Amino acid sequence: MSDIAATDPLPKPKRDLAPILLPVALALLMIPLIGSTSSWLTLTVASLAMGMMIFIMASGLTLVFGLMDVLNFGHGAFIAVGAYVATLVLAPFAASIQADSLWMNLAVLAPAALLSMAVSGALGLVVERVLILPVYGQHLKQILMTTGGLIVAEQTLYALWGPQIIPMPLPTSLRGSFILGDVAIAKYRVLAMLIGLAIFIAIQLVLNRSKVGLLIRAGVENREMVEALGYRIRRLFLGVFMTGSALAGLGGVMWALYREQVHASMSDDLTVLIFIVVIIGGLGSIGGCFIGAILVAMVANYGGFLVPKLALVSNILLMVAILMWRPRGLYAVTSR
Amino acid sequence: MMILSGDPPKSRVLTLLLVVIILALAATPFLFPGAKALNVAAKICVFAALVASYDLLLGYTGSVSFAHTMFYGIGSYAIAIALYGMGPNWAAVATGIVVGLPLAALLALAIGLFSLRVAAIFFAMITLAVASAFQVLASQLSWLTGGEDGRSFQLPELLRPGTVLISKSLFGFEINGRILTFYLVFAVSALMILALLRVVNSPFGRVLQAIRENRFRAEALGFRTVFHLTYANCLAALVAASAGILNALWLRYAGPDTSLSFSIMLDILLMVVIGGMGTIYGALIGATIFILAQNYLQSLMGVASNAAGEAGLPLLPGLLHPDRWLLWLGLLFIASVYFFPTGVVGRLRKAGGDKSAGSSH
Repeated sequence: MSDIAATDPLPKPKRDLAPILLPVALALLMIPLIGSTSSWLTLTVASLAMGMMIFIMASGLTLVFGLMDVLNFGHGAFIAVGAYVATLVLAPFAASIQADSLWMNLAVLAPAALLSMAVSGALGLVVERVLILPVYGQHLKQILMTTGGLIVAEQTLYALWGPQIIPMPLPTSLRGSFILGDVAIAKYRVLAMLIGLAIFIAIQLVLNRSKVGLLIRAGVENREMVEALGYRIRRLFLGVFMTGSALAGLGGVMWALYREQVHASMSDDLTVLIFIVVIIGGLGSIGGCFIGAILVAMVANYGGFLVPKLALVSNILLMVAILMWRPRGLYAVTSR
Repeated sequence: MMILSGDPPKSRVLTLLLVVIILALAATPFLFPGAKALNVAAKICVFAALVASYDLLLGYTGSVSFAHTMFYGIGSYAIAIALYGMGPNWAAVATGIVVGLPLAALLALAIGLFSLRVAAIFFAMITLAVASAFQVLASQLSWLTGGEDGRSFQLPELLRPGTVLISKSLFGFEINGRILTFYLVFAVSALMILALLRVVNSPFGRVLQAIRENRFRAEALGFRTVFHLTYANCLAALVAASAGILNALWLRYAGPDTSLSFSIMLDILLMVVIGGMGTIYGALIGATIFILAQNYLQSLMGVASNAAGEAGLPLLPGLLHPDRWLLWLGLLFIASVYFFPTGVVGRLRKAGGDKSAGSSH
């Protein structure tokens, strides 16, 4: 039909840049509105850090939905479990946390984060097998089952740790800010940004450069076809689910350190934020999830600074605006 | 049969159970003395209506809404703010109703038009987000809603406990304003449940079930599914707001914990699933089981927790602590979704051996 030679590279899909420009435009638009450059910079860094943390928590949820059409209303439980498990490591080693040495601090933080990820990942395995496997393909039951799971998980956390708020102090070396001129940038936010960015890049690399990633992307687009080609997509899905749960656990640790406290109800507030992010980004899209997380965080930070009263409903307004523009989210990757 | 809209319980055990519950509720002021029993009975009435309206959404249209407490809260707050601001008179009650109900319906319409066009899953997430925003809004606008403290108010003269309508010397019972309020709650709740029974058994209700079973096919048959779903959403919101009004009237108070919190939403979900989705009768059964458990099982758990603590068992005292009763209900919830998704009512109907009961699974 056309004259494409065999040696020509495959035609590249058209890049859709508009959603990427959205947070950039929003940030630039805010400079004159906020007035002072230093507060603008502080707010922007705060938004990026918060956005990265939300992205870490939401990435698993969006992939799980995209791949298997499973909506996990109990995703927030992994966040809380991750945070609580971290206290198991952080509390006995409080002295190392208080020490004013970055390496001493990290030597405790890193195992704590890894243990959190391991436990929430393992919990993901149990949840997938026990709660989700019996109700594949039934949305209503999935929502009910995972909501039930969320209740049980939250109550178990209360039973094990008690209903009080557990303080989770930031390590000494991560306290305070870098001072650049008259701009103060909190050290922990920089760390959160770096971790978030690293995870985003890692996910993108796995999805775009590895065979597993190819299968996941193919599965998101058309599950039956991948199954017909002989791949066991259930096993792939289990892997994605566990990874997503582990990431949610990591996000929970980071969020708890950010807020410097742990409480089982943190999962409730975050679940709402994560859902908004996943809807905005387009179900199943990692790139959309990333942009959506940053947008939500920006709206929360800028909105909280400019019109504090509006900040309460700003996320809903953002969601309405995005869905008016693109009814299936920023990037619609699934065919559903 | 007219009053049940041609949809009888279809099981002898279920009929018996319903009759016992309704008679017990109706006779509570005389059978069980004391404020606690009356409170429990009033709560069962209010929640039976609230859960029945939720069943219209969940059981009959198959859409999961997490905003149902929002409408319940709108009703509660409307009447509370009106009675608080205008003083204890009937004009204030009327104002609360006239403002609250249309507000709930309008909001339901907006949410429905915005999110019901897309998949059920979007609807669930969007309602969750809207409801949480509303909850924050209600606690922040403290000049209007009283913030976290909520609003306490006085009822009109006729409904106050101090108003003696029939003195004790006449029948041996004192009929006062409190008991009158209870019967108001009872009667309005019963009317709403019967009205919902009428709705789900009307041609409109059949279309809702068709949409639940296969939306695409229902649309192909020529039904405007978005219209039907939005309409059902508005109806459910109206009933929920009315239940909220009743609740506020009974408690003489409206606050975030009693009318808006997410835990009430979970309670409603538990009640509807345990009672039986898509049956309306399940609402009454679920509400009764749940609220009785909430009020009486907790003290039982306290005893068990103390006993386990004294026996020196690890973990058990914490797991059996009265505040952890939701844990056990959560497990029960998962088990009931898994093992008997049709709930108590569905089970009883099946056990009754009625063949026609199987047609509406």
